[in-house]
Amino acid sequence: MIFAASLAAAVVIVVLSATALALWYERKLAARMQTRIGPQFVGPIGLFQPVADLLKLVQKEEIVPMGADRVLFALAPPLTVIFALAAAAFVPLWPGVAVVRSDVGVLLVIGFGGLAMVPVWMAGWASFNKYALLGAMRAVAQSISYGVPLVLAAMVPVILAGTMDLDGITQFQATHHWFGLWPIIPGLPAFILFLLAMLAESNRIPFDIPEAESELVAGVTTEYTGMQFGFVYLAEYVHTVVGAAIGSVMFLGGWDGPFAPGLHWLLLKTLCLFTFIYWIRWTLVRLRADQLMTLCWKWLVPAGLGLVFLSAAWNQTGWSR
Amino acid sequence: MVGPLHYLVLAAALFALGAVGVVIRRNAIIVLMSIELMLNAVNLTFLTFSRFPLVVKGNDAPIAGHAAVFYVIAVAAAEAAVGLAIVIAVFRSRLTVNVDEIDSLKN
Amino acid sequence: MAETILFYIFAIGVLFAGAQVVLRRNPVHGALSLVACFFFLAGTYVLLAAHLIAILQIMVYAGAVMVLFVFVIMLLNLKDEELGTPRRTIWKGIGLVSVVGATGAVAWRGLGSAYDSVLAHGAATQLTDMAKHTLPGAPFGSLKAVAHAVYLNSVLPFELTSLLLLVAVVGAVVVAKGKI
Repeated sequence: MIFAASLAAAVVIVVLSATALALWYERKLAARMQTRIGPQFVGPIGLFQPVADLLKLVQKEEIVPMGADRVLFALAPPLTVIFALAAAAFVPLWPGVAVVRSDVGVLLVIGFGGLAMVPVWMAGWASFNKYALLGAMRAVAQSISYGVPLVLAAMVPVILAGTMDLDGITQFQATHHWFGLWPIIPGLPAFILFLLAMLAESNRIPFDIPEAESELVAGVTTEYTGMQFGFVYLAEYVHTVVGAAIGSVMFLGGWDGPFAPGLHWLLLKTLCLFTFIYWIRWTLVRLRADQLMTLCWKWLVPAGLGLVFLSAAWNQTGWSR
Repeated sequence: MVGPLHYLVLAAALFALGAVGVVIRRNAIIVLMSIELMLNAVNLTFLTFSRFPLVVKGNDAPIAGHAAVFYVIAVAAAEAAVGLAIVIAVFRSRLTVNVDEIDSLKN
Repeated sequence: MAETILFYIFAIGVLFAGAQVVLRRNPVHGALSLVACFFFLAGTYVLLAAHLIAILQIMVYAGAVMVLFVFVIMLLNLKDEELGTPRRTIWKGIGLVSVVGATGAVAWRGLGSAYDSVLAHGAATQLTDMAKHTLPGAPFGSLKAVAHAVYLNSVLPFELTSLLLLVAVVGAVVVAKGKI
């Protein structure tokens, strides 16, 4: 009990500080990709830039727009962070250890991911602003649509490993093979599908129409100021960090690795996936709303169904045993 | 110590809440939501009797309650989808979701 | 002890949020209260050793069904005049009293006869508690146990459910679309 509680506290602190680091890392990375230098004045090589940003946000006045639904408006930003953090509890950190070990870990992660759009919608509706409302509607439509290929892609490791326990999936990969690499046919496409669906679930480019700044100002965050804005902004990064961690657990073997298996491998893989996601973010353009839905329902969902079928077929061959 | 009775009383109270919603509300969407509440009260009863069975025949008989809840959830999702589609269709032709005004079968 | 405290937290949450669903005039508040209600209800499911059902509840209701409600509410975009003026008629009072009375009577009769012999001895402890009946391999309420019940013992209802969902999807599209 006490161990689990302290582990939970440690995970929250680690995820939040990793998110702060990710903020700095992303800005540096983006700057390099655009031949700029990026933050460099606060701390060594600009390392304390997120702290400065945080201090700036805390100082700002918090404005509640006229006509807004005050309770929901105030409640939504903290909830986004809570739901984004909740999924981190199920990530296996090293062999046999997670804050919460559950035999339905995969479902829990997906469930909390789906729940995360409720506060987004609350924020958009409570803001009493047409841009915020449009952004919220887009976010919910996108999240519910891309939830389907996400679940289908997540089913591939579940079928291959024969368990829904995230730690069990990792252990199977440690003793057999990483699903992102082998079996190459359901494995690698499922990994790509998972990444795409996860990008869409966390509203990142090329799927960031909910906050397309050229159309919708800033989407659901339009009316938010100060730390309330900070919460929504933070939740997006937490979502990406936790999503990258779960992707590496399910497809890249999690804590498994050559030499000593452990937390460091998980962190390394998460960092690689995170870099990849931001590489995409700063390279690609955004899809139109109709293209987004076409991609999901006409391409990704049928592909996901096919992959589920293929992974069941692979299990029947018995080559992985 | 929380026993089966606590859960059953909670389920009954939730069911009564849902039934009250169906009876006194006129907004069709709220009526649908109240039906969802009633269905979930039934789920809670299923799970309570599943955990505290009165008769146990064989080792895994009570788990059938969980299977029943599984089906209720699926059926409730289908019911919500169709019900809301009907609400949309009615709103399109009558411009209202007030169940008191949707009475063309009456005369 | 922990179970008792958690039960009362969840029970109060369920009843409070459920009351909000019924009483709030604004359907948006109703939909969000419904999500909160289902979230607390999932908590009581966990207390009943039904982890799988609890997470399914969150996924299906808080995820999918709530989104349906929200979309319909936004599509219809109800103004205050379309919601009608709040009325307090005698019929509402009669409906409330009769429904609560009927549910109470049925619950009283049902609980009385089902648990009479057990409760007469003043203890729920004499009942079988499946949560303490740990079976080897598949604990009560685990994924494996429920999967066994669904896929082996009642596979026909399961297949029929999939058919029902398909029919519901097609039906919902046909009814709501207007022009195909």
